[in-house]
Amino acid sequence: MAKQELNWLEDAKSVAAKIRLRGFDYVMQNNGGYLSQICSSAEIFAYLYCKGMNLGPSIAPMVPDPFDCVPSQGKPYYSGSDYNGEKLPHLDRFIFSPAHYALVLYVALIEAKRMAPEGLNDFNKDGSTVELISAEHSPGAEITSGSLAQALSVAGGIAIGRRIKQETGNTWVMMSDGEFQEGQTWEAVQTLAHYKLDSIKVIVDVNGQQCDGPIESVMSLRSLQNKLNAFGAHAEEVDGHDMEAFDRLANMDTQGKPLFILAITDPTRGVSLLNTKRPTLHYLRFSSENEKFSFQQAYDKMLKEPQ
Amino acid sequence: MNLVSRPHVQNFIDWCKDKPEVLVLTADLSNSCEVGKWRETYPERFFPMGMAEQNMMGMAAGLAREGFTPFIHTFAVFIYRRPYDQLAMSIAYPNLKVRMMAFLPGIVTPGGVTHQAIEDVAIMRATPNMTIFDTGDATEVESVLDIAQAVDGPVYVRLLRGDMPRLFPKDEPMQFNKARVLSTGDDITVLTSSIITEEALRAVNVLKSKGVSVNHLHISTLKPFTDPLVVEAINRAKYGVITMENHSIVGGLGSAVAEVIADNAIHRPLLRLGLKDTYAHGASKNFLMEEYELDAIALVRGVEKLLKRNLSIEKSDLEQARIDDMNASSKVEAL
Repeated sequence: MAKQELNWLEDAKSVAAKIRLRGFDYVMQNNGGYLSQICSSAEIFAYLYCKGMNLGPSIAPMVPDPFDCVPSQGKPYYSGSDYNGEKLPHLDRFIFSPAHYALVLYVALIEAKRMAPEGLNDFNKDGSTVELISAEHSPGAEITSGSLAQALSVAGGIAIGRRIKQETGNTWVMMSDGEFQEGQTWEAVQTLAHYKLDSIKVIVDVNGQQCDGPIESVMSLRSLQNKLNAFGAHAEEVDGHDMEAFDRLANMDTQGKPLFILAITDPTRGVSLLNTKRPTLHYLRFSSENEKFSFQQAYDKMLKEPQ
Repeated sequence: MNLVSRPHVQNFIDWCKDKPEVLVLTADLSNSCEVGKWRETYPERFFPMGMAEQNMMGMAAGLAREGFTPFIHTFAVFIYRRPYDQLAMSIAYPNLKVRMMAFLPGIVTPGGVTHQAIEDVAIMRATPNMTIFDTGDATEVESVLDIAQAVDGPVYVRLLRGDMPRLFPKDEPMQFNKARVLSTGDDITVLTSSIITEEALRAVNVLKSKGVSVNHLHISTLKPFTDPLVVEAINRAKYGVITMENHSIVGGLGSAVAEVIADNAIHRPLLRLGLKDTYAHGASKNFLMEEYELDAIALVRGVEKLLKRNLSIEKSDLEQARIDDMNASSKVEAL
């Protein structure tokens, strides 16, 4: 393996570990939170920001500005996409779909040196843009995607628009597997395939979890890989914590097909104690002080013995 | 009265000639929405999205974010009913320049309840950042494009199709947030929109011959609704105000006028004519206008109610003023 390639991988692994550590720390300080999403998607965000996406440097303030206004006529509006750099024809774009993963995105921005650690102090605070569920003024978010499964369509429109303008950059989309229960996702996939939008690169956190519990118990998705390929996409399942596997797919010529990297992830990865909370992993709530204490011990152990 | 056939077809093609930023998105109703010839003229700017409106809204949003102005062409019901969350979150919230050309407003179609947009204005008025236009004749169908394109945000246009009258001179284009004063008077103020204006014109002529002084305004901008002409017109009406609309009386023109009356503390009775909080059914436009009291005689009865006297006007008096019925082909066109 070439030295440069090793460098990105080591760097990305280190970023993934830091995302997990900082995210876990934050959840402990806040007496609960979206920990399983941090565990499952740390490598996805680390890969996107360290290697996958070709982005320019952030043009946003290191500590996010407070909330100013919602978009409307005649008012300036600051986009969270500024954290992903300037929009240039040759650069990639990042469309973040499952907005309840916002904490992971903010932590990833910190570890990618695009946001100051102090920015996280504003998370879910009144008057802040570092919102619990991101909107397009939130760091790293280009669109408002809190209503799930809308982002892929918007990304498709962006990709067609960029193609008309002969831009060469890719449009990346991060999704969660639960979004594949929505009909709009499949409308979008058939359209991306119809218009041969191979500049669309989707990476999906297939963690098998949704708000009400395991996807298998709520509404089975069956094989996303088979379904997506039948719709005309190029979809492949990979180990969701193997960033080299992501990279192999990302660099593949999909010959006109939109790419779906199906990252099969472990929602308890790095925090095996989370397995005691199954089947409800969507949002960590401590049932007792004892339980909180045991999670605190797990965090302290992670801090002392980095993965 | 001059009848015009399918004015949108060629006008939209001509209008787009020097506007490469204008794209068209459709949902399997291209010919029904009069853009079949547009597709042949500008194939590289025409994007069929299939019967998948939720995705179409998002695609339009993405294209608008890249600096294009997508003109969605489909039936109104498939814009504000089926994909409302996408419309609100992907298009309206970010204030994107998407133009929604909404066909079959109100009861103009025999397609029945699934095709009749009777509460669209109510829903779109409640949607922040939205601008709403409602066309009433060929001149407005032609000139709404310019005022829609000038809006920095999403626009919803209730567009007429097929054969329609030219009520207003071609050189008097539709203006943003400005009513057309069709007659002036001091007894009653009548505010109408969409296909109702044509109907009301007949009634107003007869009312005038009976000595009733009618102030008639045609409304084509439903949001914003801040035209000072409207307040003036309400103020001058001695006996009261009537709104008549091709829409439910809940949330549309009638409600907008009620809000103006309340906001300005104007002491006038208001009679709202329109669909009385009911769905309609599949039948011809003329049949439905009579059934749901959206025709000229219904307006006359409304005026009588406010004046508290009988004007001795019968339906036959109004028939004289009736323009020729639409030709047979357009009457049966449901889709």
